[in-house]
Amino acid sequence: MTKVLAIDDSRTIRNLLRMSLENAGFEYHCAEDGRLGVDAFPDVRPDVVITDINMPNLDGYGVIEELRRGPNATKVPIIVLTTESSDELKARARAAGATGWIVKPFDDASLISVLKRLTGHAA
Amino acid sequence: MQPSIRDTFFEECEELLEAMVEGLGIIDEGSYDSETVNAVFRAVHSIKGGAGAFGLTDLVSFAHTFETVFDEVRSERLAVTPELVAVLFRAGDQLATLVEAARDETEVEAGPRDSVVKELKRYLDEPAEPEGGAAGGNGTEPPGGFQPMTLDFSALALPAAEPVAPMRSFEIRFQPDRAMMANGHEPMLLLRALSELGTLEVSAQSDELPAFDELDPDECYLKWSMQLETDSDRAAVEKIFEFVEGLCTLEITEAEGAAPPAEAPAMAPPPVAASPAAPAGAPAPAPAESAPAAPPPPPRSRVGDDEAKGGKGSSGGANARATLRVELDRVDRLINTVGELIINQAMLSQRIAELELPKGADVEVELEDYKLLAREIQEGVMAIRAQPVKPLFQRMARIVREACAATGKSARLVTVGEHTEVDKTVIERLSDPLTHMIRNSIDHGLEKPDKRREVGKEEEGEVRLSASQRSGSIFIEITDDGAGLNRPKILEIATSKGLVPPNAELSDSEIDNLIFMPGFSTATEVSNLSGRGVGMDVVRTAIQALGGRVSIASETGKGTTLTIILPLTLAVMDGMVISVQGQTMVVPIASVLETIRPTDKDIHKVGSGEMVLSIRGSYVPIIDVASSLGMHGQSNPITKSVLILVETEQRGQCAMALDAIHDQRQVVIKSLDRSFGDIPGISAATILGDGKIALILDPDGVVQIGGSRADAGAPILQAMEFFDE
Repeated sequence: MTKVLAIDDSRTIRNLLRMSLENAGFEYHCAEDGRLGVDAFPDVRPDVVITDINMPNLDGYGVIEELRRGPNATKVPIIVLTTESSDELKARARAAGATGWIVKPFDDASLISVLKRLTGHAA
Repeated sequence: MQPSIRDTFFEECEELLEAMVEGLGIIDEGSYDSETVNAVFRAVHSIKGGAGAFGLTDLVSFAHTFETVFDEVRSERLAVTPELVAVLFRAGDQLATLVEAARDETEVEAGPRDSVVKELKRYLDEPAEPEGGAAGGNGTEPPGGFQPMTLDFSALALPAAEPVAPMRSFEIRFQPDRAMMANGHEPMLLLRALSELGTLEVSAQSDELPAFDELDPDECYLKWSMQLETDSDRAAVEKIFEFVEGLCTLEITEAEGAAPPAEAPAMAPPPVAASPAAPAGAPAPAPAESAPAAPPPPPRSRVGDDEAKGGKGSSGGANARATLRVELDRVDRLINTVGELIINQAMLSQRIAELELPKGADVEVELEDYKLLAREIQEGVMAIRAQPVKPLFQRMARIVREACAATGKSARLVTVGEHTEVDKTVIERLSDPLTHMIRNSIDHGLEKPDKRREVGKEEEGEVRLSASQRSGSIFIEITDDGAGLNRPKILEIATSKGLVPPNAELSDSEIDNLIFMPGFSTATEVSNLSGRGVGMDVVRTAIQALGGRVSIASETGKGTTLTIILPLTLAVMDGMVISVQGQTMVVPIASVLETIRPTDKDIHKVGSGEMVLSIRGSYVPIIDVASSLGMHGQSNPITKSVLILVETEQRGQCAMALDAIHDQRQVVIKSLDRSFGDIPGISAATILGDGKIALILDPDGVVQIGGSRADAGAPILQAMEFFDE
């Protein structure tokens, strides 16, 4: 099963992600802030990471930086989940090493299709 | 949308609003740092994010404006001034109102909301939009910068069915950059996605592939030329390359057909490596194989309920489990069971006592342990329901601001002891009375600013809200530094309304407490604040329903203090087991001031058989519990009785006469409401160690009946007969 690690400080968003992802046959894991997300990464060993940007302790850019360049550097797709879709944000996220982005509020279909495209996950 | 997720959202909103108010408070005090500002920003931002998911456009729109202003503060483009803070507070209040409205599916008043939006927008460069724009709420136009990206994947999913789309042919040339690989893209998957659009012919060019020993695994040496036959349009094809735009060399050319030979979108710099190629885009590497996690850091944030429900959704390992969300029902069931345990323990104690074992028998020692453990379990379970009063107090800040705005007064709220923990139900049911009392303090207590200046006070009044736990009770005090109660006026009103006989001689404290009488309202004209047809008597009733008491103390010119005293828990209380004409009953310890065994000279007769007790130079009425309750048996002479001195709302201190005091113990409160309705003089029942049911007296009620008709106790007799069966 394709494993997703979702990092978002909003319980609501986590719940929504859980629902969408589990329905689509993903294995769902989550963390409540950036630091916990980075810490959880080696344990969960996800196939794809979804991260929020505005979070306490470590923001989304920091998460991407650490996952790409930290001690457990990884090349799994990292998708930014954000309410903004400015070019500035995308450029910054990409410079950090983000693979793609999804704009909140997201609909199930586009979320799942992006995940499938980036992970090759078959439902 | 599942209601449970929606509920979670509103629960989370409550927490976020609390965090926001707390942050704003710190900003207001001036002792904030960037993390404070960030925290407020995140709170508003998260509300917006969640609201978007539920299509709450009004909320999204307002939160967006609020957040945008706050972003200016965050990036230090906007200086924090007292005016700005005031606007931010109003915006916070409005946000709370909008959340409530969204939750209850009601409409908010457009006027106040729009004026806050206007105030916020003054801090932004954009001109205030005409009404109906950002605040219009019909959701036609999301505010700038918050345009949900709508992805249309229908073209992908559906085989061309009804109106057959024309087939198109695309020439695609694609060469990933190094950066594309580094960012977690997998060329293979892109090709696969393309192939799902139609018929794809791919040819890979591997002439740049280096010798094996020169191969850099992070580089992609391959490039692809593809021919795609599809009924999808160009946008659908570009969509697939959405995230790699700028990270690769990409040319998409539409062969023949109507579309002009389009230029390649977003060309990247020329390919990096010109050396021979090797396949590098191997499947995305798994996270480092061994990589033992560093010792887990202590949990930094709380764990949400989403993890609580399933085992597999673990994240940060066991270390992240700082809190656990549990359904309230489960806790309440547990509390109920613990109540039964306490009763069982009492019964067991009684049985063992009846065995008359030699002193120090093993079983007695172990019974003591059992008692101790039962008590510990009970306290532990109660602690689960306990919550800090902080959120409740924070909400009051908003009440103060609103009340000030409505009355033209100026006041600040000072809170003390906000970490004091109180039972969840108590907190919930305290909100209304507290709101009312705070409004009263501002409306009736505080003077207008000019008046305050005249008497040499600061123009800004102070309302102090404090909570503390003392000797098994929770004390909540609301203190204002206003003018104090106007006693002559209170007395005049009470007299004119017939609440006290004319020329009654009342102490200051008795006059003060008149404001709790039903039908008393000092507002000469009904203000839209305090005078909503409810007076302080409603407040008192609400507090009493929680097993608490409320009293008032006032000093002319200096201010007024309202004190609420609440039991720690609603389910169990410390009671004094007494007997009245052979009936075992319980008096709440909380209402007992002292117990007295009177001598002849302490008792005095006044008027028609009424008795008073002389105690330390003053006289308090003696109420015979048996006759109050309508028991017609042989009464002991008062001098053979035991007196319990209690403080009552109606008559101040009174002495309740009864036959004997047996014991002091914890009793589990069992409501009688469902079977007997409201019985004056009785608040509930409990089960004693011998399995018998004992009624719990309500001293206020007993005293009140004692002062009126003798047959008012009839319903109590019925209840007692019922339990005697």
